[in-house]
Parts: sequence; C-alpha cells; structure tokens
Amino acid sequence: MFRILAFVALTLAATLPARAQVDIQEVTSPGGLTAWLVEDHSIPFVAIDILFEGGTSLDAPGARGATYLMTGLLEEGAADMDNAEFAARSEALAAYFGFDSYRDSINITARMLTQNRDEAVDLLRAALVDPSFEQSAIDRVRTQVLSIIDSNQNDPSDLASSELYAQTFGDHPYGSGQEGTTESVQALTRDDLIAAHQGALARDRVHIGVSGDITPEELGLMLDRLLGDLPETGAEMPGDAPYNLTGGITVIDYPTPQSTAFFGHAGIERHDPDFFAAYVLNQILGGGNFRSRLMQEVRVERGLTYGISTFLVLFDHGPMMLGQFSSSNDLVAEAIDVLHDQWADVAENGVTAEELEAAQTYLTGAYPLRFTGNATIAGILSGMQIDEMPIDYINTRNDQVMAVTLEDISRTAARLMDPEGLHVVVVGQPEGL
Amino acid sequence: MLRHAMAACLALLPLIPTGAVANEVTEFTLDNGLHAVVIEDHRAPVVVHMLWYRVGAADEPPGRSGIAHFLEHLMFKATETLESGEFSDTVEANGGSDNAFTSWDYTGYYQRVASDRLGLMMQMEADRMRNLLLTDDDIATERSVILEERAQRTDSSAGALFNEQLRASLYLAHPYRIPIGGWRHEIEALDREDVFSFYHDYYSPDNAILIVAGDVTPEEVRELAEEHYGPLEPSGIEPRQRPHDPPQIADRRIYYEDPRVSDPYVVRSYIAPERDPGDQRTAAALTLLSNVLAGSGATAVLPRVLQVEEARSLYASASYSGTNLDDTAFSIFNVPVPGVSLEEAEADLDRVIAQFLEDGIDPEQFARIQFQWEAEMIYAQDDVGDLARMYGVGLTSGLTVQDIQDWPDVIASITPEEVMEAARMIFTETTSVTGYLTAPGL
Repeated sequence: MFRILAFVALTLAATLPARAQVDIQEVTSPGGLTAWLVEDHSIPFVAIDILFEGGTSLDAPGARGATYLMTGLLEEGAADMDNAEFAARSEALAAYFGFDSYRDSINITARMLTQNRDEAVDLLRAALVDPSFEQSAIDRVRTQVLSIIDSNQNDPSDLASSELYAQTFGDHPYGSGQEGTTESVQALTRDDLIAAHQGALARDRVHIGVSGDITPEELGLMLDRLLGDLPETGAEMPGDAPYNLTGGITVIDYPTPQSTAFFGHAGIERHDPDFFAAYVLNQILGGGNFRSRLMQEVRVERGLTYGISTFLVLFDHGPMMLGQFSSSNDLVAEAIDVLHDQWADVAENGVTAEELEAAQTYLTGAYPLRFTGNATIAGILSGMQIDEMPIDYINTRNDQVMAVTLEDISRTAARLMDPEGLHVVVVGQPEGL
Repeated sequence: MLRHAMAACLALLPLIPTGAVANEVTEFTLDNGLHAVVIEDHRAPVVVHMLWYRVGAADEPPGRSGIAHFLEHLMFKATETLESGEFSDTVEANGGSDNAFTSWDYTGYYQRVASDRLGLMMQMEADRMRNLLLTDDDIATERSVILEERAQRTDSSAGALFNEQLRASLYLAHPYRIPIGGWRHEIEALDREDVFSFYHDYYSPDNAILIVAGDVTPEEVRELAEEHYGPLEPSGIEPRQRPHDPPQIADRRIYYEDPRVSDPYVVRSYIAPERDPGDQRTAAALTLLSNVLAGSGATAVLPRVLQVEEARSLYASASYSGTNLDDTAFSIFNVPVPGVSLEEAEADLDRVIAQFLEDGIDPEQFARIQFQWEAEMIYAQDDVGDLARMYGVGLTSGLTVQDIQDWPDVIASITPEEVMEAARMIFTETTSVTGYLTAPGL
C-alpha cells in the first residue's frame, strides 16, 4: 500500500526540509519575568500566549471544578468593572482575550492592537490580578457549568473518555472531569474560587510567548505591568497519578445508532530518551492523516469509520497513548478486531522502512509550515517553555526526528505498545461485544 | 464567560466575520475560463493552494442528495495517472496537509505546502479535475465511509438532526432544504453513474476558481497556472438556475423530541436576503444587526437581557450569514435555564426583540462594533488561509473580488437607522419557522 513515488523523490531531492524561519529572543523584564518573543512589525498588533502550569489538577480536595469555574469568571468582572463594563471596554479597544483551563495548565490568550496596547494590557491585568468573583457572576457562570456537566452526560465522546480516565487514574484529579460534578460545583463557595485563583495564577509557574509588533524593551515593561502583581508562589503541584487500567473492553449502553470508541494505555514522557521514536511511531500508527496504518486498515480498506486516530497525551503526572473512532453499532466489533490486530502487529514487528521514511519526510516537511501567524507562533513559544525545551529546539527538532531508526521504533513499539493492556471503552449499542 | 456547549451545536458565526484587508490581492482569468486570485503574504515560505468549484449540494438532481459530497471524497481516489490515495500521500510526503469541503454552493479542495511545491499541487489538482477513474470498488467502500460520516456528524447528534428538519421546513422548493451530505436513504442509493455524470457536468476550468495565498507573486502563479490548468478544455458551463421558493405565506412550527437532549432550546429562522454583486447594503445591515443582538456575550442585546440581567437563559443568540448564492436565513435562539419552559423562552425572545424594535440601538455599542470591524482588517492579515477561504466563499456565492474588497467600506457606511430598518424587515415578517428541540419528559 505504501509507495515511494518517483516524482516525489525528485521534488524532494531539489530541496531538503526547510528550517523554520523564526528568530526567538528571550526577554527578561526589569521585575524578573521571562518571555520568549518573535518580533515582527509587519502587522500592527501583538499576540500573547500565557500558560500557567498546574491547571485544573490543582483543585483542592473536595473542591473539584473550582479552577475551571474560577477561570470562567476571570472576565466576568474585575477591579471596578462588572462583566458588562469589562466586555464593553475590551470591545471598545477591539482587544480579544481567551481564558481556558486544561488538566495541566491554564491558558490565557490575547490579541491587542498597537494603537491602544497599554489600555488593553491594563484591562487584561485587571482580569488576571484583580478579578471580583461577585456572587451574581458566580451564580450565573455556575449555572452554565452545571449545564455543561449535564451535556457531557449526553455526549458519547465525553462519556467514553471519562470512563477510561476514571478507570486509569482513580482518585487522582486526572480521574475525574475538570468541570467537577453537579454536587461538587453546587458546593463551591466564593472562598474556594479565591483560593483557586491564588493557587493557580502565580509567577513561579508562568510561561509566556509573544509574537508581533512589539520591541523587547516594550515587552519587558508590559510583562511587569501585566503579571508583576501576581503572587510569587502558588499551590503545590499534584503528585504522580496511579495507573489502574487493565486490558479489555468496557461497554456503556447508550441509545444511538453509532458507537464511539476511546482506547489506549500508558504512554511515554516528553523527556524519555525514546520520545522521538514514540512520536514517529504514533504518526505511522494513527497520526491523523490518510497514510496512517489505522486509517488505511479501518477506513480506506474496509469503510468501517469516517476517521480513526491515535495520539500521545503528555499528561505531566501520567502520560497516555490514546485513540478514538466511531463506527455504526453493527460495524464497531469488526473495527475493534482490526485495531487489536494492528496494535499487536506493530508491537511485534515494528514498522517498515517505507513507513518510517514517509513519516519522517512528512514530519520534517510539515514542521516549518507551522510557524505562520502571530497567534500561532505565540502559542508555540509558550508551549515550548512549559515542555522545558531549549530555546534552540526549533533548529534541532527535525534532526531528532530524522535520527530515529527502525531499531529505535521496534524497541519503542515493543516497550510502549501493549496489546494485552489495551483498553477500549465503547459508548453505544454495539452488536457482538 | 464559558462558552456554552450549545454554541457549537447551533453553528453560530464568529463574533465578527472576516473583512477584506490590505494584503495585496490580484486576479486574472485563463483563456479556458479558470478564474484565479492571488493573495500575497511573504512572512513565511508557505502557500495555500485552493481550487473551488461553483457547484454544491444545492445543484444535485432531485432525489439524489449527497452526490457533491460523495464526489468530494472520491476525488482522492485513482486517476489515469495517480493510484487511489496517492494524491494525499504525495502532499504528505512533501510535508503538506490537504483536505476538501462541500457546502450548498461550492465544493473546495486545498493543500497547505512549502511555497516551492506549488507547481506539484497544481499538476495533481489539474489532473483530477478531468481524469478521475471512479472504480466500482472505490464507490462501494467510500459510500460506507460517508454513511459513517453522516452517522457521526448527524445521526449521533440530536441538534444536527433537528437543524436538518428545520432547514427542510424553512425552504419550500429551493434545494437549500436538503442536507449538504444528503439524506441517508438517498446516499445509500447513489451509484457510479450518478457521481460520474455530476463530475463530468461540473468539474471544468470554466466552473472553477483558483485561489493561491502566501509566499508567491502573481507572476509565478500565472505561469504555473498556465502550465498546469491552461491545457484543460472548458465545458461551456451555464450560470446556475435553481428552483426558487414560492411566496411563503404560512408560519411553520416543528417539534422534535430526542432522549439525548440535555438542554432544550427554541430557534426561529426567517428567510433573509444575501449579499448580491454590487448590492450589499441590506446584507451589511443584517450582519450588523446580528452583531448588535448577539455579537458579545455580555453587551449584545439578547444575552445581556436574557442571560445577564434576567438570568432566564443559559444562552441566547442570533445568527446571519450573508455570503450565499441565493436567499439565506436570519435566526434567533434561546436556551432557557432549567425551570423556564420553551413556550416561555419563545415569549422571552419575542419580548426582547419587541423592546429592541422600540428602543433602537445604543450608539456606544454601535461605535464599538464598527471599531471591531476596523480592527478586523488588521487582525485578519495574520491568517492568509482564512483570507483565501473568504475569497473562495464570496466568489462561489456570485460576488466579485471588488465586492469582497468593498465589504468593509459598506459595513462602515451603514447607519443605525439602516440596521433598525433591516430589523423591522426581518422581525415583522409573518413567515418563519419556529422549532422546539427537547427530550421526552422534560
């Protein structure tokens, strides 16, 4: 099925994989905050991407959902503004702010025009440093969160992933939904939210990426203005998560014509010496494009699904190798058989030289294409820092991908992929399971 | 504010649709009728190559829904010179990504690659415009894939099924009433002859629009386009003529119960005019009306009153998309908080709209919205792929490059009085479809 094409090889011979053309500067503010900057003055705005390490896994015992609700409240009133005044001011500046929470981080994104940047920074500062957590706002956003929790109970994808995480991580925060439960969210108090804010948004865990129309000097002053008044330290990070998952199939009965499957087992850490081999391996197995083994076998050859993919989930305290697909109730059993066969085949036999070469060519060719647009670049810069990558990582990354050999893949596949330990959660009314 | 899950289900527009911007835009037409647009952005050595056909789900023969989307999938199969799957394999082997999309008015194909691979993309795209083989094996397997896609996107979602029924009620005769992917029973019956004749009729250079955006010059694009697309023979295609609705004289109501619904909601849709070439004022006023009613979760009329002030809604909104070949829709939504019935939620919408028609527009809010449109001309330059898509949608909806470039100026010239006039036009109309989506026993 996998071919190396004559005219493709010719095209590639003409140009080796390009390097990303970005120049990253490390900027340290007078107050001691560090950011990575790609300076580009061609469009008069700046994109800022801030990651606070820890995220919703910092929830205190008994306060599940506090960090999630707190993050949703940051733009609902701050300093002397209620939520409508805050929104009206950001709209008047045409500044856009995003406040999102994840299991290991809180992500703040911003786009602001050069012409009114100082005012936009002051507004964002108020949301981050001086949120009001007024009771009326808490009650309104709490109602929204409760509705999201309800909706998740009717979302096959969410039901499937929640079950797998619960079986894997037990009582660790990773084992439950970050929104919390109906009971835990109803019980949250204003004090819980203030504590969550103090614990999650602190200087000792912040990573900042910036791209666009700003000089290093201007950025240094902006950093202190924006984040200088946050507390120095925050809540203690959660410990390593337990791993309780065993191989098998769990079926959750849900009345819908198509079953949703979420599957996986333990993964690999970002700093493992075999990480790049695992990364390339995942690309070959189910990396999300048509060429992958699973797409070929399950979709292209047999028409059993619209899409199947696998991914390495780099949870800080318990990495996973996961995947998902949907198949009609009468086809899902066959799709799972194909999945198991492929999982066992790759674990035992590794991949072919053609597969490895194709994946390396794709990954190294695609990498420089990522660095387009201020918002995208700012996000990459903060992500590199939270993953503890060196500032010259962009220049060495493709070499690390190219250095992966067939032996590396075989060794890593044998170590990582465990057909016996693979667990599949199926939500639907599957036939024959 | 947290984004309510319903926002995705209702497929609302982004706050402010992208406006045209200052990137250098050039157009030319080849002798065979292929229309080309080049958008320059030299910040990174990347190019987006898109080929759009002026054909979509609304151009399918009656009783054969799903052909346009089925063909979109089959375009990745074998041609006279490429094996099945080789197109995407080649794009990936060059570090690129590719995909395709279908709507009622258009079908589009795109690749994002290093700019020195543009010629290869054109070579392959030109090849599959005319040389697709469409084998019976490919047809059978891919029909199964699109049925799985329908199961995943539509049959698994109460909201998607409801939208499908709502749309089929909104349009009486116009083919916008069918779902883009087709009705299941009609997809199941599609065969090679259906797809092949559709391909043969509509996939030709004079029915296509080439859009190249990124690190290229118009001269390079023209030279490559002449080389790869230039030799293709035109088909002499005629402008599209579709059945149009008779006058709509009756209100319609639909009611759908599905056990998978956790937050019931009410929606009302009105037929509304779309952007027309050289005549975009009404559509611009309606666009601003949707911004005034729902462009911000805290300050826009519907969420401000129903979510913030009265706490009677989880989510209240409005939507309007003016870029369409034929008549489009203006819709309002209300997802009530638990304890408020759908009848009450509908009455809430009526009450807030009636009050708005009486009060008019807050001038400060209007000034903020106009400034956001101005700012969008700056922000939009950051993503040249979005710009390419905006031109593709506009051109396949019958607009010209000039219309698309005029749009921000048209928006800027609209007065609050024109917006109120547009509001009265929509909301005093007597014909609409009102839909309730709920679960049994709620």
